[in-house]
Amino acid sequence: MSQVAVEAPPKGGFSFDLCRRNGMLSKKGVPPPSYRKTGTTIVGLIFQDGVILGADTRATEGPIVCDKNCEKIHYMAPNIYCCGAGTAADTEAVTDMVSSQLQLHRYHTGRESRVVTALTLLKSHLFKYQGHVQAALVLGGVDANGPHLHTIYPHGSTDTLPFATMGSGSLAAMSVFESKYREGLTKEEGIKLVCEAICSGIFNDLGSGSNVDVCVITKGQKEYLRNHQLPNPRTYVSSKRFSFPKKTEVLLTRITPLKEMVEVIGGGDIMEE
Amino acid sequence: MEMLMDSSQAEHSFLSSVTASERTLNPYVTGTSVVAIKYKDGILMAADMGGSYGYTLRYKSVERLKPVGKHSLLGASGEISDFQEILRYLDELILYDNMWDDGNSLGPKEVHSYLTRVMYNRRNKFNPLWNSLILGGVKNGQKYLGMVSMIGVNFEDNHVATGFGNHLARPILRDEWHDNLSFEDGVKLLEKCMRVLLYRDTTAVNKLQIAKITEEGVTISQPYSLKTFWGYSAFQNPTVHAEGSW
Repeated sequence: MSQVAVEAPPKGGFSFDLCRRNGMLSKKGVPPPSYRKTGTTIVGLIFQDGVILGADTRATEGPIVCDKNCEKIHYMAPNIYCCGAGTAADTEAVTDMVSSQLQLHRYHTGRESRVVTALTLLKSHLFKYQGHVQAALVLGGVDANGPHLHTIYPHGSTDTLPFATMGSGSLAAMSVFESKYREGLTKEEGIKLVCEAICSGIFNDLGSGSNVDVCVITKGQKEYLRNHQLPNPRTYVSSKRFSFPKKTEVLLTRITPLKEMVEVIGGGDIMEE
Repeated sequence: MEMLMDSSQAEHSFLSSVTASERTLNPYVTGTSVVAIKYKDGILMAADMGGSYGYTLRYKSVERLKPVGKHSLLGASGEISDFQEILRYLDELILYDNMWDDGNSLGPKEVHSYLTRVMYNRRNKFNPLWNSLILGGVKNGQKYLGMVSMIGVNFEDNHVATGFGNHLARPILRDEWHDNLSFEDGVKLLEKCMRVLLYRDTTAVNKLQIAKITEEGVTISQPYSLKTFWGYSAFQNPTVHAEGSW
């Protein structure tokens, strides 16, 4: 009697099936597809009442700009935000994951989240993956112990700093901070300095560009200033609208607006995002 | 690409299968960034005085800014021995120019052009002079500031830097440089750049010289050091709220 081969249920973990095929392709000279990186300038600084985070808005895929206006300042908790540089998927996934973990922890403890909690969760995750999760983060927030600013590197090491920059434009932004930062900045001075540092990255680094996002976190309050500065406007807009070739006979004209204003009446949870 | 082999050396090395390389493959004793700007009366250039042997700070009094002829000032980063070789080439160039005794002398544009040719030709033989050079000068009221890299890339601009200076100093200079800076403002601007380099470049040393070249001639300052600030409260006790972390 022949043995019926039982289909073993698929085991969890990484499936190495495609590795041989990838090896064969790279030997034949086919380059692997490049990651969508956020080749970036992200900065943070501590001012007298809290923390200000800043980021540019360009996402690159090799030499091409794939998103002109992406969001690099991610929500972690009502009092904690995190900027991410490196592989876009990694920064999004890791910040989303730790944000959910912090939410569960808040339900468990009944207290506001602390920045060091987010820091420890992020660094343990990144260390576990030995640098393969390529996320370089600037984490900032205000909790019961005051304002905090940390940088987290892809291999899991962290620094606690009064001002920090990460990403490909970090040197350009750091040169602005090192020459102009001092302790006890007011909110307006802090926002101005953050904008200057991001603009330095935007104009001097090819991996950063487009607009400036700023997030100001103080005790009990946060302000997310999306596109706070637009230093790269579209200067030459053609005044001639689109026109059909002259011999076309127009049969019907119907204009559908792409953005509709919808009234939400009562109910509905407002998602924090 | 053929290795330039000495035929006699090839005959003698029966046992050794690896012949010694007669091309520069790595730099050994290196100098870090040089930063230079045009100002009202001429050119201001700054460089620190460190000669690093890999990660060791081996020489602490290396002068990396040297006058060339009557009208030019040369600053170099990279391999120090190649810089000394370049100074010998330039000595010969200026000597021949003086021997003409015709009342004319080589200006900064001409010296820059000569250096570009030298660097590019060495690069073509796969035996580069491992330096990034900054050449500045004033002749007949015309200010000139140019840069040549080890592969022969050359250009002219109002402010130039080598090495790390490109990433850390040029953003500051792009924002804050303007025409007709006074001498004091120019020095302040250069010191701002050198301070950022001191904080953020591992091979920088806090002992620098600033050189000035005008129609009158070259002045290279005595070595001095910059004041630094380390008193941020976040540096005092970073783990106060998280025992055991760093």
